[in-house]
Amino acid sequence: MTAVLLVPLILPFLAPTLARRTLDRLAPATALWVLTASALALAGACVAALGALVLTGLLKLPAFATLGELIHPLRTPSDYVVVPAATAATGVLTLSVLTLVRSALRQARAFRAARTQADRRPAAGDLCVVDSPHADAYALPGRPHRIVVTTAMLRSLGPVEREALFAHERAHNRAGHHYFLAAAELAAHCHPALRRARDDIRLAAERAADEAAAGVIGNRRLIATAIARAALAGNASPSSRPDFAPAATTGPVPQRVAALLAPAGRRSRATRPTAFLLVVCALFSVAAGAAGVIDFHHAVEVAQGEEGP
Amino acid sequence: MRDRNSGEGGAAAGRRARGELESAVLGALWAADGPLTGRQVLEQLPGNLAYTTVLTILSRLHAKGMLVRQPADRGYAYAPVRDEAADTAVRMHSLLERGSDRAAVLSRFVSELSPEDEQLLQRLLGGQDAGHDEDGP
Repeated sequence: MTAVLLVPLILPFLAPTLARRTLDRLAPATALWVLTASALALAGACVAALGALVLTGLLKLPAFATLGELIHPLRTPSDYVVVPAATAATGVLTLSVLTLVRSALRQARAFRAARTQADRRPAAGDLCVVDSPHADAYALPGRPHRIVVTTAMLRSLGPVEREALFAHERAHNRAGHHYFLAAAELAAHCHPALRRARDDIRLAAERAADEAAAGVIGNRRLIATAIARAALAGNASPSSRPDFAPAATTGPVPQRVAALLAPAGRRSRATRPTAFLLVVCALFSVAAGAAGVIDFHHAVEVAQGEEGP
Repeated sequence: MRDRNSGEGGAAAGRRARGELESAVLGALWAADGPLTGRQVLEQLPGNLAYTTVLTILSRLHAKGMLVRQPADRGYAYAPVRDEAADTAVRMHSLLERGSDRAAVLSRFVSELSPEDEQLLQRLLGGQDAGHDEDGP
C-alpha cells in the first residue's frame, strides 16, 4: 500500500525533462495548457499521496486510532517503514503549506499594490505609464486590464516595437495568463521538481503572447527585435540585481528571440507524440495516487470493522 | 488566441479600438524628447492612420488631463503630464524587484539577462540588423 503512494512523489522528477519536450514541440498556447494542467495534476497527486501517508502515521497512534473509531489495528507494512515515511511526509507537507501561504500573501500584496498604483492615474486606453529611468513593462490583470510601461522602456523602442510590446501585454491579459502563472506557482510549492516546470510554464506564457503579438503586428522578426532591444535596455540601467544563477543555460529571453527568428511552424509532426509524454506521466501519477488513497481508505474501513479483510 | 485583429498589420491598424489608439499616442508622446505636434505624432505611429484621428485622440487625452499643450505652428504641440512625485517609480521598483518571485503573476515583458544572454542577444540582434541569419548555437 505504501509503495504505490511513493509513485506520485517520484514521478514529478521526470517533469522537467518532459515539460521541456512539450514546450519545444507544441504551439506555445497549446503547450501552456498542457504544461499547466499536467503540473497541477502532478502536484495534486503528490499532495494526496503525502496526505495519505500522514494519515497512515497518525492512525498508528492510539489516540488517533480511537478518534478514527478503529477497532482493529490498521494493517500496514512494518512500522519501521510507515513511521519514518509518515514523519517525513508530515514535515514535507507542513513546509509546503507554509511556503505556499507565504508566497500567496506576497503575491496578493504585490498585486494589490500594482492595482492601486494603476488605478490612481488616468489611463489612455489600457496603458498606464510610469515615469522611471528603469526599463520595465508588465501586464496587470483585473478589471479593467492594464498595461504598465515605464518611460525608459517606451524610449528604448521604435514606433512599431512599441506596438509590439502593447500587443504582447494585451495578449497576456486577453488570454488570462495570470491564472496559468498562479497555477504554476501553486504546483511549484507542492513538489520541488515542479519548480522547473513553473519556469517552463512562464516561458510558454511569454511565447504564447509573443506569437499573438506577431499575429497582430504581422511580423515575427519585429517582435524578436522589440524583445531583444527591451531586454538589453532593461539590463543597461543600473539595478541592484543579485547575480545568482551562473547561467549555464540560456535564459528565457534569448530563447524567445531565437524562436521568433526561426521560421514559423517548423515543428515536425513525427515528434509530436513525445510532447504528450508529460500528460502520460501526469495521468500515471494521478492513477497511482488514486489507487493508493483508495487502498488506504479500504484499510481504514477494515480497521473500523466495517468491511472484511 | 482570440485576436480581434490578427492578420495584416496595415489593414488592422485602420480599425483598432479607440483605447488602443489612445495607448499608442500616449506611448509615442512619452517616448519623445519634447512636445510633439499632431503631424509629428502621426509619424511616430505605425500603420496608416488619418491625421484627423490623431488630432481627435490628442484633444481627448488633453481633455482627460493627461497631456499639456502649447501653441506651435498653426496648432498645438502636446506633451504628457509628468508625475507630481517620483514615489510611484520607487514603489514600482520595489514591486518588481528583479531576481525574486515577488510578483510572479504579473507577466513582465522581459526578464533579467545573464551576461551570456546579453552577448547572445547582441549577436541575434546584430544578425537581424545586418539582414542575414546566423544560426545560434
